[in-house]
Amino acid sequence: MIIQVNGESQDIPDHCTAQKLVEILQMQNDKIAMEVNLEIIPRSTYSNFFLNQNDKVEIVRAIGGG
Amino acid sequence: MTDSFTIAGKQYQSRLLVGSGKYKDLEETKLATDVSGAEIMTVAIRRTNIGQKPGEPNLLDVLPPDQITYLPNTAGCYTADDAIRTCRLARELLDGHNLVKLEVLGDEKTLYPNVDQTYVAAETLINDGFDVMVYTNDDPIAAKRLEDMGCVAVMPLAAPIGSGLGIRNPYNIRSIVENAKVPILVDAGVGTASDAAIAMELGCDGVLMNTAIAGAKNPILMASAMKKAIEAGREAYLAGRIPKKQYASASSPIDGTFF
Repeated sequence: MIIQVNGESQDIPDHCTAQKLVEILQMQNDKIAMEVNLEIIPRSTYSNFFLNQNDKVEIVRAIGGG
Repeated sequence: MTDSFTIAGKQYQSRLLVGSGKYKDLEETKLATDVSGAEIMTVAIRRTNIGQKPGEPNLLDVLPPDQITYLPNTAGCYTADDAIRTCRLARELLDGHNLVKLEVLGDEKTLYPNVDQTYVAAETLINDGFDVMVYTNDDPIAAKRLEDMGCVAVMPLAAPIGSGLGIRNPYNIRSIVENAKVPILVDAGVGTASDAAIAMELGCDGVLMNTAIAGAKNPILMASAMKKAIEAGREAYLAGRIPKKQYASASSPIDGTFF
């Protein structure tokens, strides 16, 4: 199925969890936060959170800024 | 001399707060931040780069949050909704960390704050349990209102962000300081060490700066200069400067002259 991740289309397997997505993107060791359709998904619930077709996912990190 | 100040119940010794943007690389960010002695550092919340090489160094590795207090900011937000969303993502990212810098911009050319949207965002964030340090105009009425709403620190601009123009309105900054019961920090517009010292001499509790250090020819040396300027300005404020007078006042006694 197709979802949007940070504004770009991403083809992921059906029944994909947030945890699986993070692994596909090789971000499992990174300090990130995730939002799906404007709702924050707590890191502790990634394994139980199933993504759906057309979900809009934002994955953010802390970078240098003023 | 112990001269700490308190934000949201936590004491800080350093009155210099720094941003972490605009540096050449992470090594320079770390060196300048360490030299500055800052205990609070702003960070931006942005999208991760999809397809980035895993294990690439990042800010959290070189300046871990257990060594310096992270202050996620909402830079780049032009609406209350975007700012609120950014703060909530930051809290999740930093494991429940509630201290944020709220900045809602009004215009790309000046980067002046949109104070109306700042009020809206501040109210929601405070109700949601955030400790809000708020960027605002050098307007004593707006500053007081943000304090009354429950912001933990109010941070008026000295001049537009990144402009380096220095304290454009010292009388307003002083009015804001005199009326405040929460820490007042000058945020934005400082260009060089004397600007930082002036902010502190006006009685500000601290100064937050980024470009003045990161954009200097030698950022690490400027970080050192800013640290000293903040300390010097603070000590001068506490010492109490002499009044300004139009005419001279001799330093040597007149008594005992033999000529």
